[in-house]
Amino acid sequence: MTTWTRRHVLSTEDWSRAEIETVLENAHAMAEVLSRPVRRAPALHGRTVILFFAEVSTRTRVSFELAAKALSADVVNITATGSSVEKGETLLDTVRTLQALGGDVVVMRHSAAGAPYFVAERTDAAVINAGDGAHAHPSQGLLDAYTLRAKLGDLEGKRIVIVGDVLHSRVARSDIHTLAPLGAEITLSGPPTLMPAAWRCGSLPERVRYEPDVDRALDGADAVIALRLQRERAEAGLLPSLREYARVWGITEARVARMRPEAPVLHPGPMNEGIEIDAAVAHGPRSLIERQVTNGVAIRMALLYLLAGTPAS
Amino acid sequence: MRFDRDAFAGKGWIVSRGFVDLHAHLREPGFEESETIESGARAALRGGFTTICGMPNTEPPIDSPGAVREMIERGIAANAARVLPVACITRGRAGHELADMVELAASGAVLFSDDGSPVEDGRLFRSALEYSRAAGRTISEHPQDLALTRHGVMHEGAVSAALGLTGMPAEAEESAIARDLALAKLAGARLHLAHVSTAGAVELVRRAKADGVAVTCEVTPHHLALTDEWVAGSRDLAFIEQLSQADPTHPLVRSTPGVPFDANTKVNPPLRTAADVRACWAGLRDGTIDAIATDHAPHASVRKDVELEAAAFGITGLETAVPLLLAGVAAGLAELDTVLAALTSGPARVLGRELEPDDWVVIDPRREWTVTAAELASKSANTPLLGRMVRGRVVMAVVGGEIRFEDTAETGSRSDEPALR
Repeated sequence: MTTWTRRHVLSTEDWSRAEIETVLENAHAMAEVLSRPVRRAPALHGRTVILFFAEVSTRTRVSFELAAKALSADVVNITATGSSVEKGETLLDTVRTLQALGGDVVVMRHSAAGAPYFVAERTDAAVINAGDGAHAHPSQGLLDAYTLRAKLGDLEGKRIVIVGDVLHSRVARSDIHTLAPLGAEITLSGPPTLMPAAWRCGSLPERVRYEPDVDRALDGADAVIALRLQRERAEAGLLPSLREYARVWGITEARVARMRPEAPVLHPGPMNEGIEIDAAVAHGPRSLIERQVTNGVAIRMALLYLLAGTPAS
Repeated sequence: MRFDRDAFAGKGWIVSRGFVDLHAHLREPGFEESETIESGARAALRGGFTTICGMPNTEPPIDSPGAVREMIERGIAANAARVLPVACITRGRAGHELADMVELAASGAVLFSDDGSPVEDGRLFRSALEYSRAAGRTISEHPQDLALTRHGVMHEGAVSAALGLTGMPAEAEESAIARDLALAKLAGARLHLAHVSTAGAVELVRRAKADGVAVTCEVTPHHLALTDEWVAGSRDLAFIEQLSQADPTHPLVRSTPGVPFDANTKVNPPLRTAADVRACWAGLRDGTIDAIATDHAPHASVRKDVELEAAAFGITGLETAVPLLLAGVAAGLAELDTVLAALTSGPARVLGRELEPDDWVVIDPRREWTVTAAELASKSANTPLLGRMVRGRVVMAVVGGEIRFEDTAETGSRSDEPALR
């Protein structure tokens, strides 16, 4: 197994393929732990994991909490509502508190892109980015890669379509930075106003292209990832209406049928059913959305283990 | 004894007329934890600037004759660089009504600017340009379309796309400049454009000058050297390849990546692309750009030691201008004389003033030093060059024939030696 040298998990953008593979392999072992009658391993016994969520999240926080507990870690929650973050405490104040608390791992979500880098620079703990603004959500990218690999096998040359609000999506960025190194060919689709201008105008990352016509993007594709559409985008003048978005870019059964037979549908959740994805698709036979949630725990266990785990004796 | 410029012959030092900075934020009154007139004027001398124009976005803003006189008096008391006040274009910098421009000029204001904010209302900006003729002072406009840059924290491009940060497109500066130039022509008034930073902006000014519009403009040292890649953690100068070819031993060739999202890379206008930097040098060479101005924007750590999106805009510039600009000269991007003219006669022309005959600066272009908070006279150290070794340092600054700053370790004179005191 590849050696692991990273102190933090902030973004997969600068990761090698081998590092991504290491996480996926470890997640496979963790999935085995989760399938046992007693879902618990001692790898993080005596370690403290601080979950610092300065932005509302239930799924990701619970997923990390389950992962940490399955590895026997002590878990402390600092959420936005329960702490001084809302009372004007600065991020630097919070970092000092985190440092004083002495956690081994800080799992953090923050509305400001780059905030985990700020924390990582100023604390001794290992930092896992659980979502920072529109920048990155590395554990989501990794769990999407894990889920797609389980279904499609090797991702080399596989055509994966990401549809929706790429401009504001940390999930899209982390998917790109995780799936592309594994060999996938990525097509971005969605309204031109919700695509970074540089990417719309041709200066795209490697193995990524933009196709505004979602039907054309999906023709013969191997998988689609629908992104969550924030309702306020229409109010911000970026979209005429949610109804128009649903008609033009929503993932419907007819659109799913354009892909290869059995090509799966993913969504990072939470979903706006009827807007970016139809209920029939979300809960249909092609949907891997619940599998993503299950796999998320295994991926997060792998990350916690790689950063703070003691090798099993 | 008066300053004798021949005393430094044969040392390989640069002896120039004292530099004039059209654009420095001195933060007093209102933000004295970031800078004061005194600390800013001392930082200026250490950077070679014997005259600085203090921007009026203080609290309260410099929009009254009393506030103008106060800045002048505090500048004199500092006994460092000459401090010339810039007064607001509009009362309270609010963009609704004109400040009392004739009285402000009579009190000593040398320019008018609402810097930090553009005058958005086109009708009011036209009035300001027309009325400025009665005051006999030039308007220095901050060109920016605020709607196009709303929530923006960096240049919009491939780097902002990758980082997921909201961008400020080059076009937000260029469309504002297009309006400003049209109105300057209409008003038949002189216009100065602050901190141009894009290739398109330079080209617009070039064409306007060819058309006979009475426009001048400035560029900052950071827009002549750094790029938007710095926000992503790069610490390579825009011209690092030319520099390393010209001088592989230059300390700024040695570059290790910094931390991404460093708030010290957040500045308005934002750090642009390498192509924009090239265009700014081209504008400097062909005279499109009249002046190099620092836009020295000190901020106390409470406004910078935060996540990038929450941080204030601004980079300190007075004390790092010389090494950045000399690096550009070393890389072959402009002649030394071109750069020195843009620091002296160029800005003096914008102000409509003569250069002070007895203001001088002496620079040791080979002296290497590390940019640290302790090395800087400014009260703030919000520069992405922090920790970097640079080359080129001011060893003496002379104001009105009086040596007001001297690095005696360099010049070799002792403090008990009256000749150079």
